[in-house]
Amino acid sequence: MAITLEMKNISIEFPGVKALDNVDFKTETGEVHALIGANGAGKSTLMKVLSGAYHHFTGEIFLDGEKINIQSPKDAQDYGIQIVYQEVDTALIPYLSVGENIMLNETVNMGKKTFMNWKEVHRKAADILKTMNVDVSTRKLASELTLAEKQMVLIARSLLQECKFLILDEPTAPLSNKETSELFRIVRELKKQNVGVIFISHRLPELFEICDEITVMRNGQFVINEQIAQTSQNKVVEHMLGRKLEDQFPKLNVEIGETVLEVKGLHDTGKIKNMNLEVKAAEIVGLAGLVGAGKTELCKALFGAEKVKSGEIFLRGKKLKINTPYDAVKQGMALVPEERRKEGVLVTETVATNLTAASLKRFSGVFSFLNFKAEKQKAAEVITSLGIKTPSAETKVQNLSGGNQQKVAIGKWLIADADVYVFDEPTKGVDVGAKKDIFELISGLAQRGKAVIYASCELSEIIGITDRVYVIYDGEAVKELDTNSTSEEELLFYSTGGK
Amino acid sequence: MSEPNPAPDLPVKKTRTFDFFDFLYKYGTILTIFILVAVFAWANPSFIQTNNLISILRSISIVTIIAIGITISLSVNGFDLSVGSVASLSNAIVISMFVWFSHNTLVAILSAIAASLIVGALNSFMIVKMKIPDMLMTLATMFIIQGIALTYTKGATVSQNMVMPDGTFAEGTISPFFAKIGQVPWIILIMVVVVIAVHIFLTYTKHGRYMYVIGGNQEAARLSGIPVNKYKIAAYLLSALFASIGGIVLASRIMTAEINAGAPYLMDSVAAAFIGFSVLGAGKPNAFGTFVGAVLIGILANGLVMMSVPYYAMDIVKGTVLAFALALTYYKQK
Repeated sequence: MAITLEMKNISIEFPGVKALDNVDFKTETGEVHALIGANGAGKSTLMKVLSGAYHHFTGEIFLDGEKINIQSPKDAQDYGIQIVYQEVDTALIPYLSVGENIMLNETVNMGKKTFMNWKEVHRKAADILKTMNVDVSTRKLASELTLAEKQMVLIARSLLQECKFLILDEPTAPLSNKETSELFRIVRELKKQNVGVIFISHRLPELFEICDEITVMRNGQFVINEQIAQTSQNKVVEHMLGRKLEDQFPKLNVEIGETVLEVKGLHDTGKIKNMNLEVKAAEIVGLAGLVGAGKTELCKALFGAEKVKSGEIFLRGKKLKINTPYDAVKQGMALVPEERRKEGVLVTETVATNLTAASLKRFSGVFSFLNFKAEKQKAAEVITSLGIKTPSAETKVQNLSGGNQQKVAIGKWLIADADVYVFDEPTKGVDVGAKKDIFELISGLAQRGKAVIYASCELSEIIGITDRVYVIYDGEAVKELDTNSTSEEELLFYSTGGK
Repeated sequence: MSEPNPAPDLPVKKTRTFDFFDFLYKYGTILTIFILVAVFAWANPSFIQTNNLISILRSISIVTIIAIGITISLSVNGFDLSVGSVASLSNAIVISMFVWFSHNTLVAILSAIAASLIVGALNSFMIVKMKIPDMLMTLATMFIIQGIALTYTKGATVSQNMVMPDGTFAEGTISPFFAKIGQVPWIILIMVVVVIAVHIFLTYTKHGRYMYVIGGNQEAARLSGIPVNKYKIAAYLLSALFASIGGIVLASRIMTAEINAGAPYLMDSVAAAFIGFSVLGAGKPNAFGTFVGAVLIGILANGLVMMSVPYYAMDIVKGTVLAFALALTYYKQK
């Protein structure tokens, strides 16, 4: 008998953001249900509501026609709703064995018992792994497992309790093809056992391979619910994108110059495979791809912040030797990293210190004594020209808003005056007004003849600001496109592994 | 998949109201010093006499010099526990160079500094390249160097005219010039010069700025093109250098090399450096603050001895002061 699960009129707000707006969602046991949407569409938030991670939402949830009240993860688990988050390592204890990890809830809540029955723990864990058809020793340490095996362990843990619905939040993002097919085997196994699986993913081909039904979300809203068999990848992409954003991109006519940066056959030690690309002067080149495609790794590899295994980087025809970011900066590269607060700005330092951090040599004289006056002057200049909203140059960056922090992170490199500017998701967590400022800044750089690389998973931004795009999928540049003759649909098609 | 970013749109802070905690944080240390001076002077008028004040300054000079080294390692968000042992080693080497080998002052001092820098290099290699957490690595070095210093002196106190293993007397003498270093006013002058030099280095030069930036956020510093490893290595070398200078001054002051003579200075120095965090609201390790921290500890020790608190109870007081300073620093960071 199939049990239905229905979420009705779910809304949730975070300070300043309406993350979910009257979303409906319906699925049933014995079915694999895909949940898809662009980044920030609200998929994960919706599933967090369902699994009890948030309790300040409005709307109703029905299980088998009966209204249920989910206020905490424990409530959700008691109703048989289990979730496996994408970051598997946060849920596993690395120095405990597989068996102990699977049985974690049981061993933590032992009740009146005082002594552990290790034999029992491992037997139970082994049983559950057996029903899943997974061959991993329960004595192995969790830290020795592959990513896929870790997911299996977490799935096993959720099956140990009553499991009617299992939510998998982007389980395949870090997995290899082989590991993915192993995961799919488990999902099919679960389906046979009448478990309802809710499958969040960005990758269209695999959704069409494994799922029965699909729900599309966009900007925190429900878009459509269809049978997989009755739709196509192109249709889903259309639903994901919806109408176009209004124009916020400055279009400047700039004469594109000759090649500035050329990358040949770049491999890093992890994700990046055989990367070839070139960027010309006054050109903005986009790196389009979904989260986890390898854009950040590529940006960091270019900047010497990630170990490069093989490949060559040329700047104006000269081969570069970049082992550290220090080398990269000396050669005229600049990187505005994705993780702004962790990598981009020094939150505990002042705006002025941040702005001059990459070019302090210019503000120091004999014996490296700092010229505070020149520093202050330059900082004031940049604050005005970028429109950074701060009470003074001596304000600590942690007191600024996200958009203004990002302007500081960019301003740092404007003073340093590089040849190649690499932007990694520069608009993440930035409000609309500041976004526009940032786009103008970037266009301004191109106008001054700089070579710009713009990496983003926001395809509308890629279309809006770049001249040429490389689509990155699974660590490879799978397609090079001219921005004028492509569309978001096409970018998304290639970004999701379409061929 | 990023969840909707709850935009961290903090309003720009602009509070003009008087914050009591903030006031205490900034001026508490200096206030405490004044209160202590007043209390001790009231209890025993001889406390406030010039002679005693000079003796306090003299007594804190070695602590201050070593604490300055710790301050530098703290500025890159590192930590150096081995400074006490390095001071012991430096002390042993400099005295033995005079007494055992009859070398001149320059050779004696340079050998002590060279040995300490080797320790600093070892620390920085293990911390920067092998990625061992600083506190644990320098804890190991602390024991290693303590052992080396003991082995070098064969577990004995090195002094002029000491009996050598073969039954003869050591013939070397300590040069009178070297003996001056540990006496007033030179010992105080050395401290003042060290404090001022490092204060200028950390506050007014590019290198100091880089060190603070690295201490604030190593990854952001790295991605700004700052050679992070180079500066961390420099910080541990400087830390060892100042520990070594502390050991040399100590040697001149007591004119012998007792076993583990530098070890007691570790606690005081750490306390001084952490008390220094808050002085005048700096909120980070700084040379002037460290000096103020050392003054506070010196006054406490001196005054309490005058009030007949036994010397062996002093660690209770110092430890409490350190705990208090740490509480202030970490509570503020929250």
